[in-house]
Amino acid sequence: MSLGHTADLGFRRARIELKQFFRDKESAVFNFMLPMILLVIFGFVFGGQELGPTGITFSQYFVAGMIASGIVYTSFQNLAISIPLEREDGTLKRLQGTPMPKASYFIGKVGMVFVAYLAQVTILIAVGMIFFGIELPKSGLQWFTFVWASVLGLIAWTLLGIAYSAVPRTGRGAAALVTPVVLVLQFISGVFFVFSELPTWMQNVASVFPLKWLAQAMRSVFLPESAAALESSGSWQLGMAAAVLFAWIIVGALLATWSFRWTPRGR
Amino acid sequence: MPDLIVRAEGVRKRYGDFWAVDGVDLEIARGECLAMLGPNGAGKTTFTEILEGFRTRDGGMIDVLGVDPAEATGAWKARIGIVLQQDRDLGDLTVAEAVHHFSHYYPHPSNPDEVIAAVGLQESAGVRIDRLSGGQRRRLDVALGIVGQPEMLFLDEPTTGFDPEARRDFWQLIEQLKYDGTTILLTTHYLEEAEALADRVAVIARGRLLACAPPELLDGRDNGTTEVHWMENGVARMEKTQEPTALIHNLSQRIGGEIPGLMVRRASLEDVYLNLIAGDALESS
Repeated sequence: MSLGHTADLGFRRARIELKQFFRDKESAVFNFMLPMILLVIFGFVFGGQELGPTGITFSQYFVAGMIASGIVYTSFQNLAISIPLEREDGTLKRLQGTPMPKASYFIGKVGMVFVAYLAQVTILIAVGMIFFGIELPKSGLQWFTFVWASVLGLIAWTLLGIAYSAVPRTGRGAAALVTPVVLVLQFISGVFFVFSELPTWMQNVASVFPLKWLAQAMRSVFLPESAAALESSGSWQLGMAAAVLFAWIIVGALLATWSFRWTPRGR
Repeated sequence: MPDLIVRAEGVRKRYGDFWAVDGVDLEIARGECLAMLGPNGAGKTTFTEILEGFRTRDGGMIDVLGVDPAEATGAWKARIGIVLQQDRDLGDLTVAEAVHHFSHYYPHPSNPDEVIAAVGLQESAGVRIDRLSGGQRRRLDVALGIVGQPEMLFLDEPTTGFDPEARRDFWQLIEQLKYDGTTILLTTHYLEEAEALADRVAVIARGRLLACAPPELLDGRDNGTTEVHWMENGVARMEKTQEPTALIHNLSQRIGGEIPGLMVRRASLEDVYLNLIAGDALESS
């Protein structure tokens, strides 16, 4: 099978995966809409609270964190829950019995995640602009950061989602094993709370994982330069953020290759 | 020498200490429909899944379309079609979306709309798959299995849970595939299904092949004891005989002409099958 054929089937799979993603009400609400719902609720509850002398409000800080979280929802949570279901309901076995190249399956997953994120982040930014006074990135550098942070973050979290999909034994139990991971990471990575106000040990733990760096990079894109003073180091540390995300892409690729299973355990 | 699509010799598969498949030899010729019968847990599905390339084996030789399924390639998978037991996937797509999508996987697919019509789902082409009835769902599974124009089709219990009418319609579909030259391995629990569709029947129990023959010849069914029923002086009579023709000849002379209520009943496929299974169970105890 040629490379072109593999890519063509990958795009076709992305299309069909997107249809399934948005038609499945549970996944559409849980992976796609939840960040928007959380943004509106928390944004209004903590609304006008100003963060120190920076002039920015917590809700603006929160918008950037929710955009970073959106990446985790559409890629990691989505895949780590849906792949065990596919393993159980016969999707993967059916595909295995066809000549479709396995690479096309993964291209399809990545394509679905990218398109779902693009739609989601557009809505999140719009909500942030309308209700919480967020502004679109002004400088070319901010746009550049937005693009690389999104792309690196999506790739890393997609690979981690594929790797983590080997953990749940059943499709039904998957959400219970995936969502707590996402929630805890959000709490310790500066999404629901201002990162620099967390206990130091918690900051250290969070710094190992990619969400903290993703949220920080998104703050550099959507908050004014003065807000960098709110960071623990007093700066955006973009080089470090890129390096950590890149490292997680390598770790995720290794884990995904090692752990991914087409059939349920014990077959 | 017929053109053999499947050749299996001494195939074995072990789970722990248990031999799920314990030395099965089987050949299927091009264009043939072979039905595999056997109790639950006999090793039918395991054996089929080894032929399909889903499972490894612990012994024996297999050749399906000139390839060892343990080394299945995309090109080989393009020549086979698989209908698994009880799939629940694809629920969010419509029938047409699914069949069209799967047709792109194959180098020489049929026209997807024609396949949908062939399985009798043209009225439901726009319906979401999770809203199909059980029978329609199985027809969709068959559509996805044949859209690539396979030379060899595996059907694992395709009509479980069908009402009699749906089963008849389904049989017609399989007859059409046979007519088009598709080689078929059908696993089923329904003896009348095997009798209606299969050129040969293979009976499997405890991982072994007990018998393999055309349904009308299975286990000496054609020359075993025959029941002859008739009416004489208003009373129903029955006699078991090895020579039914001679008995009827005598009857005809005794009664003079037409024999009222004449019925000649050979052992049914079910009788023969149950006999085989019972004999095997006796042997194992």
